[in-house]
Amino acid sequence: MRLSLGPIQYFWPRDQVFAFYDDIATLPVDIVYLGETVCAKRRLLRLDDWLALAASLASAGKQVVLSTLTLIEADAELRQLRRVCEQDDWLVEANDFAALQILTSRQRPFVAGPFLNLYNAASLCVLQGMGLQRWVVPLELGRAALSDILAALDERPQTELFGFGHLPLAWSARCFAARAHGLPKDDCRFVCMDHPEGIPVHSQDGQRLFTINGIQTQSGAVHDLAQDIAHILSAGVDILRISPQARGTPETVRRFRAAIDAGETVAVGPEACNGYWHGGAGMDRLSS
Amino acid sequence: MELVCPAGNPASLRAAVAEGADAVYLGFRDMTNARHFTGLNFASEQRMGEAIEHAHRNGTRVFVAINTYAGQRHWQTWKRAVDRAAALGADAVIAADISVLDHAARHWPELALHLSVQGSATNVEALRFYHERFGVRRAVLPRVLSLQQVRALAQRSPVELEVFGFGSLCIMAEGRCLLSSYVTGQSPNTCGVCSPAGSVSWTEHDGVLESRLAGVVIDRYREGEKAGYPTLCKGRFEVGGELRHALEEPVSLNTLDILGELHAMGIAAIKLEGRQRSPAYVASATRIWREAIDSCLSDPDAYHPLDGWQRGLAALSEGAQTTLGAYARPWR
Repeated sequence: MRLSLGPIQYFWPRDQVFAFYDDIATLPVDIVYLGETVCAKRRLLRLDDWLALAASLASAGKQVVLSTLTLIEADAELRQLRRVCEQDDWLVEANDFAALQILTSRQRPFVAGPFLNLYNAASLCVLQGMGLQRWVVPLELGRAALSDILAALDERPQTELFGFGHLPLAWSARCFAARAHGLPKDDCRFVCMDHPEGIPVHSQDGQRLFTINGIQTQSGAVHDLAQDIAHILSAGVDILRISPQARGTPETVRRFRAAIDAGETVAVGPEACNGYWHGGAGMDRLSS
Repeated sequence: MELVCPAGNPASLRAAVAEGADAVYLGFRDMTNARHFTGLNFASEQRMGEAIEHAHRNGTRVFVAINTYAGQRHWQTWKRAVDRAAALGADAVIAADISVLDHAARHWPELALHLSVQGSATNVEALRFYHERFGVRRAVLPRVLSLQQVRALAQRSPVELEVFGFGSLCIMAEGRCLLSSYVTGQSPNTCGVCSPAGSVSWTEHDGVLESRLAGVVIDRYREGEKAGYPTLCKGRFEVGGELRHALEEPVSLNTLDILGELHAMGIAAIKLEGRQRSPAYVASATRIWREAIDSCLSDPDAYHPLDGWQRGLAALSEGAQTTLGAYARPWR
């Protein structure tokens, strides 16, 4: 099973991004997804910067995939999207059907991101006919649903599972980070920069419930499937995705690599969740 | 411009038809529709057939919502829902799942397909995808776009556009929100429910009323404070040391003020939310919107929402503040 590193979901300073990928180049991940997928206003790195990073990670032996914006509303965002989809050097992860439309009209292969909502084999088959190479399982699907889907497919695409990180649960046109700072979205002053792992949201009795990341709402708990590795290995998953955190990502990568190589589960922190994988509520901590 | 009204049950359907809806939308009583709430929807083929017949006899079109994402194990349920809707003479099926759209397009080429709001199509390329691949004729736009963006989309859209005019306001891009399944295990995408009633509990101690969803505290109300249904995105949570509606105030959507603009930009249909509401609600909302749309169509330049309409809709919103919602983007 290969390990992938998902796109950075947060807004980090430019230097931090480059330093982060310098580290990644030396780590045992096989696939790296690059690009801004959350907020079109985050433009500290231009497409050329991402392409340069792609080249350098590829020369370090990584497969690079460019990942596209998830919620696309404005024309400027579509223009940006077109530039990503109209290059032929790198595979593209489509996170909206707009990307799929551009890629399929150019007869380019693609990775279907988790928000294309492919919940059954028949949907996968339709997209396979259009060039789907790999899909990321919808976050709320668990082991049983995945095994039903894979069993119903004659030809399996590469299957990638979100294995670690705060789960991107919801997308809105509204910016909740700006709201938390009492600012309008159009004058957000890039407050996301102050929160390299998002803004924690607690219930009134102190439970960490969500994480605000701009227009995205993430899980409060970190989804961590390290303790489920043995089952994941037998479930037909080809790639396990680690979502970058500002702290500890290299350790997470090594921990998962070691667990996969040993074919064994490893203990996870007491705050971690894994409910979706077991068919429950995402925030739950369940065991097989 | 067409008025599309909710029909969560036969009585609501009759109310909407009687008050002049151009079309009603409804669903089967199962997980194939995105409002799979207890006691709602049409329990059998016979009920659905009677509903469609009644509507058609009165000149009202019927759109059948089969708009959740089909689970693998029960995929046949979605397929059968499309086949039944088509056989019963539905005027359109509202869907979001690729396999459901594909099945309908292949097997029922005459059946009109509408892209559900759950499909999250917010731009012209996404609309082109559904139109070119499945022959989708109309799309319901997510409630996240500004009026300016709706206008830009209307100029280039390959399909008719339907927008929400009145009712509850989803602040997330529909079809891309898993908050409910994160906490309760059930979501709009998979089960057609959001913050399901079965997971709600209320307790009161020391004069404080507390709402919980699957054990998670969603809000606490002091005496005299108006308590609302514990929808996750409308909870009061602590952010940066402050207690607040972290995501959204509980408000509802009302676009009477911009109806003239929506008409001018060529919006094909106004949709009223509320399949979970009572027949009386559907009757009042349909009556007011019928008058408003007729007034707008008869003399678009002179269109102006009447105070009586606004008061009527405000009453239906149960005193909650009405707003232009995302179309005006006050939070921008």
